[in-house]
Amino acid sequence: MSTAQATPAAPQDARHEARRSLFETVVRARELSLLAVLILVVAGTTIAEPRFLSSQSIRDILLNVSVIALMAVGQAVVIITRNVDLSVGSVLGISAFLTGVLFADHHAAIGVVFVAGTLFGALFGLANGLMVALARVPALVITLGTLYVIRGIDFVWAKGRQINADQMPDRFLQLGSDTVLGVPVLAIIAAVAMLIVGAVMRSSRMGRELYAIGSQPTAANLAGIRVSRRVIGAFVVSGALAGLAGVLFTARFGTLDATAGTGDELQVVAAVVVGGVAIFGGSGSVYGAALGALLLGVISSALVILKVNQFWEQAIDGALLLVAIGLDRLLALRVAAALRARSGRRAG
Amino acid sequence: MPADLKSRLARWETVTVLLFVASIVYGAVSADGFVSGGNLNAVLANVVEIALISLPMTLIIVSAEIDLSVASILGFASALIGTLWNHGWAMEAIIPFVLVAGGCAGALNGWLITSLGLPSLAVTIGTLGLFRGLAFVLLGDTAVTDFPTSYLNLGQGTFAGTQIPTPIVLFVVLAVIFGVVLHATGIGRAIFAIGSNDEAARFAGLRVKRIKFWLFVVSGVVSALAGAVFTFRFGSARGDNATGLELSVIACVLLGGVSIFGGRGNLLYVVVAVFLLGILDNALTLNNVSSDALTIVTGGLLLLSVLGPSVAARVRELLRRRSTTTPVTTTSTPL
Repeated sequence: MSTAQATPAAPQDARHEARRSLFETVVRARELSLLAVLILVVAGTTIAEPRFLSSQSIRDILLNVSVIALMAVGQAVVIITRNVDLSVGSVLGISAFLTGVLFADHHAAIGVVFVAGTLFGALFGLANGLMVALARVPALVITLGTLYVIRGIDFVWAKGRQINADQMPDRFLQLGSDTVLGVPVLAIIAAVAMLIVGAVMRSSRMGRELYAIGSQPTAANLAGIRVSRRVIGAFVVSGALAGLAGVLFTARFGTLDATAGTGDELQVVAAVVVGGVAIFGGSGSVYGAALGALLLGVISSALVILKVNQFWEQAIDGALLLVAIGLDRLLALRVAAALRARSGRRAG
Repeated sequence: MPADLKSRLARWETVTVLLFVASIVYGAVSADGFVSGGNLNAVLANVVEIALISLPMTLIIVSAEIDLSVASILGFASALIGTLWNHGWAMEAIIPFVLVAGGCAGALNGWLITSLGLPSLAVTIGTLGLFRGLAFVLLGDTAVTDFPTSYLNLGQGTFAGTQIPTPIVLFVVLAVIFGVVLHATGIGRAIFAIGSNDEAARFAGLRVKRIKFWLFVVSGVVSALAGAVFTFRFGSARGDNATGLELSVIACVLLGGVSIFGGRGNLLYVVVAVFLLGILDNALTLNNVSSDALTIVTGGLLLLSVLGPSVAARVRELLRRRSTTTPVTTTSTPL
């Protein structure tokens, strides 16, 4: 699927250099252009409605974004391996419900709940990963199935029950609104998770292997990478972060039933793809994915403050996803053509 | 055991038929009133939208693509019917307009997939959001319900003097057409060829892109048609109509033995799978099992239908590797 394959020829060094600088330009351009769009949206909205840049409004945006951004980081890891995890919204839902049950029925400590929610999500990620990697079936179909199975289990478990804020400890709910130096705690948690996963993806052997798998699974296998084990690991990360997102969701909203996070998978996949992670795998970063989530969140808040019909939000998420993958594709074709022209000049 | 019978038993379609029979036995034994003419009609009527959309979905999956946006096109069509009705359009004008709109929605999918070469999975996740969003933009969270009974009969009535629900007659006609096209015409053979290996199909002179494009257009039109049927069957046009229906449709197609990797499948068994799901749904409802449990069953069937053949193939591969010493190359999994 990689369109930018080059033919081996001398001089290796110079060509490698040229290719990398071109590649870096494209990648950097992607994140820069994302920032530019973000600034445009913020500036445009602020001109129309100055309240948009108030500290209250910025805090709300960050709070809303952190849950989606957390899932987008996990999803980015999965998509980089040329897979996809559609079950994240359901994992968030069932982990949020677990959070509520642990507080309401078992009076669990806050730390315990954070660990339990994350592990619970990781368990569903493990199930997804095992089915995808061992049965060699497209992740799309497996996670479409688990999307509904997990949501169904959630509903059967909840039996229409709603868990309210008064059944949860105040200190936990304060996490949902507390700030440190003006930055919401939830956003800090999401940012820390992003930085850890980002560092692993960028610098560790494991992270580089995930990129290699996404670029060309067969080649990665021949190169001695344990593809199945790494893919399972990617799904576990996605599940664990969705589980953690479920705990944060509960802290943020205080009230929950079995419907928490329904349909979130669209926003998450859109954030990742808008953030520059190639849907064919092998390129992109978790920082881009988080930036994509921020952009979608800012747009949705802008719609609210500009009093645009809120029902546009889903259509805009879908349209942005389409624009992002379309632009990616055109860019990839452009780069491939440029590389071909360049290697043609050098060879001749 | 004769070789022919043995190979037939080993096929996934046999599992589908066995499950079908088992679901009938389960219904007949466990639920009162399961075996009655009225209930049979209820089974048929309840699955008609899934049945309709499963026809083009089968062709698309055989061609090694997928369309996740069908339920959103259905909802969009339903919202469009409600909106135009509110604007005082005549139903005779609304229906053709909505079918064309569905075709345009499918054409957008097809254009992005064939012209830009984008994966159908990513495109149709995007349009899943886009079309459902547009449905909400049209109607918000309101419903249009003031349709005259003459139109509601299209969804709820029975066909000219028989006991068969009208939409089922529509489905039977379309099923025959799709079956003939897929299994007895050059277009059908081309679809199988594309699904087996679209590069080879292209070099063999087949117009791969054009055929795929039109498959998505047809999927859009049939989804819009299902939207009209849904609207009249429930007498209610809403933006959130049939949310999540794509799961049932894809589950039925794969349960019917169509390979998710394309190139293999039989429409007849897809129809069997649709009615299997309908009967199971009906029997569970009669037994007062909640609709949430049914979601688990549908999702579980989807997992079973992709894991089953894959696990069976790996077991066979393992056995073969044990009997011969030739190494078997592993294939990579596409998205």
